[in-house]
Amino acid sequence: MSTFDNPFDADRSLQSGCVCGQHSSTAEHEQAASALRCEAVESEEKRYEGVVASAVMRAMFPQDVARRAFLKSVGASTALAALSQFFPLQTATEVFAQAGTPEKKDLKVGFIPITCATPIIMAAPMGFYAKHGLNVEVVKTAGWAVIRDKTINKEYDAAHMLAPMPIAISLGLAANAIPFAVPAIENINGQGIVLATKHKDKRDPKDWKGMKFAIPFDYSMHNYLLRYYLAEHGLDPDTDVQLRSVPPPEMVANLRADNIDGFLAPDNICQRAIYDGVGFMHLLSKEIWDGHPCCSFAASREFITTAPNSFAALTRAIVDATAYASKAENRKQIAEAIAPANYINAPVTVLEQVLTGTYADGLGGVKTDAKRVDFDPFPWQSFAVWMLTQMKRWGQIKGDVDYKAVAEQVYLATDTKKLMTEMGLSPPTTAYKSFAVMGKTFDPAKPEDYVASFKIRKAS
Amino acid sequence: MTSSLRLRAGLVSIVLLAAFLGIWHLATRSTGTTTTMSPEYAKLMGLTATQGKSAMPGPLDVGAKLWEHLRRPFYDNGPNDKGLGIQLGYSIARVGLGYLLAVLVAIPLGFLIGMSPLLSKALDPFIQVLKPISPLAWMPLALYTIKDSSISAIFVIFICSIWPMLLNTVFGVASVRKEWINVARTLEVGTVRRAFTVILPAAAPTILTGMRISIGIAWLVIVAAEMLVGGTGIGYFVWNEWNNLSITNVIIAILLIGIVGMLLDQVLARFTRMVTFPE
Repeated sequence: MSTFDNPFDADRSLQSGCVCGQHSSTAEHEQAASALRCEAVESEEKRYEGVVASAVMRAMFPQDVARRAFLKSVGASTALAALSQFFPLQTATEVFAQAGTPEKKDLKVGFIPITCATPIIMAAPMGFYAKHGLNVEVVKTAGWAVIRDKTINKEYDAAHMLAPMPIAISLGLAANAIPFAVPAIENINGQGIVLATKHKDKRDPKDWKGMKFAIPFDYSMHNYLLRYYLAEHGLDPDTDVQLRSVPPPEMVANLRADNIDGFLAPDNICQRAIYDGVGFMHLLSKEIWDGHPCCSFAASREFITTAPNSFAALTRAIVDATAYASKAENRKQIAEAIAPANYINAPVTVLEQVLTGTYADGLGGVKTDAKRVDFDPFPWQSFAVWMLTQMKRWGQIKGDVDYKAVAEQVYLATDTKKLMTEMGLSPPTTAYKSFAVMGKTFDPAKPEDYVASFKIRKAS
Repeated sequence: MTSSLRLRAGLVSIVLLAAFLGIWHLATRSTGTTTTMSPEYAKLMGLTATQGKSAMPGPLDVGAKLWEHLRRPFYDNGPNDKGLGIQLGYSIARVGLGYLLAVLVAIPLGFLIGMSPLLSKALDPFIQVLKPISPLAWMPLALYTIKDSSISAIFVIFICSIWPMLLNTVFGVASVRKEWINVARTLEVGTVRRAFTVILPAAAPTILTGMRISIGIAWLVIVAAEMLVGGTGIGYFVWNEWNNLSITNVIIAILLIGIVGMLLDQVLARFTRMVTFPE
């Protein structure tokens, strides 16, 4: 379409026909342009710049002939320089990008009622979606498989997913391969290993042989972290213990009924088990890997390409909410906003303990850890690489993996960085960082070596 | 005599109910503070842990909560929190729609099959295989192909309520007394007229019995289906409260599901009585 082409090209008409001259018909041109747009998410700024420049040139030279003559005589770069001098193209572009009207204003976003979804949920009652021009309905969903199917079916425009899920869906693990993308991480930390109260003297994982543990989903950080933790203590998670996929709300009931010995679960479930007096906090997930991602905000590539402005507005709202949630002084207010039956549906005391980090540990003590759960939206691609190494380690992926390519395709670090800069936040300059999991450093540049370095893993 | 029997039966019912509530109340009494904990710690814990309150709510808790729900049955606090009246409405609407579709398909089809011994024999193996499938087993398939969770739920209701109606219609139509059909033939009544004036009234009690079985099954299935797909309905309400470990609300929902199921059954029973004839 004409708005997205170079207005400084002397040989094109700004009014009609196939304007770029590369296609025989407008229809063909449009098709190519929309195909291009699939890839071009990262050059959105350029596109906006083009749109704004086009509008300015059109206003200055209503006659195409005059514009062409002008461009031919002075040259495109001079024209651009001259134009920028008396018209702040850069600023105009930014303003335009901010105000890019959403293609679709009424959106549906699915969530699972756990504190990981805090930014997604709170953005509705606290007005973050409305602030970015969207009318979002957040819909509570019964489980991870259902949220996956409903997002694939387009009943939801975007959804709360476990951080490894979009990678698994994009790779076609346990579902048809559908390209998904993650513009923002929901929360970091905020999980925990809870054991039944009767195990309060079995604090050493070496004594856990034969126990039964619940995890929320196979493609979850919970699964990878629990396996990692057990393996570091010499237990093979596939043979020495039993791991069961159990929906979070059923975990507490199962723990009470003695069906499982413990779980690595998302919070408010951990705290709920303590609150109801059936378990105690053995370890916060933060103690396994401080700053680990847990849940993500995900959308299909199709949604991103068909409604790029809605998607950008949605991402902005989530980043905004996440930034608000990361401040400790706001946490009490958030706990109250998300506790009602319409959202998480849990006692406010439980949510407060999770979000403020002052909590009962289930053994009679009160502990404080302000970073028990934290919020940081930046989708580090090295997180994705780590998840892929664990999928490989535990046999969820067979054969060779192009770690970097998958990570970059699914985790939209570049786009989020741009959005965050536009919003006046300071995102990190790179998409890869090294971190340590239980004291062992992970180098995202050498994933294969990392997988090979583990003694306990599934033989592939 | 009958009135005194009814009176005595009523008395026994009330005594049974009172005994049940009494035992329930005694069994769920709190045991008092069990362990000593610091007040700071106790503030962060639930009543179950601090006062030894039973995890199972007592009849008084349930009664109070039920009253709260009955006082405002139609509130709407957004997409995930609606009053019980609205939730029941959604469920009844889904059941009604799926059931109506099943009636529209099952009764004409049953008529055709029942009137033709050839079709009856030819379709029998298919019906026999499809009939025992648990309706919820269709759910993943429906979600995958229909790509819409609420239509999938209606489809599941449709598929579960069609079989009893179909089989009963076939049976009812096939077992109309031969003499009546022969009399109609002798009087040279046309096929269409025969179907409506002789076979339909004769088969109606059997057909309605099938419909009564179907509505019961449909109501059983909707709760499970809504627990799976979520969104709205009484099944979703049960799931949502289960999620919050609020057994009180789950008990209330169970009670209401029973009452609505009974009412639906009574309506069909009344229709059956209307078409029954003495032979």
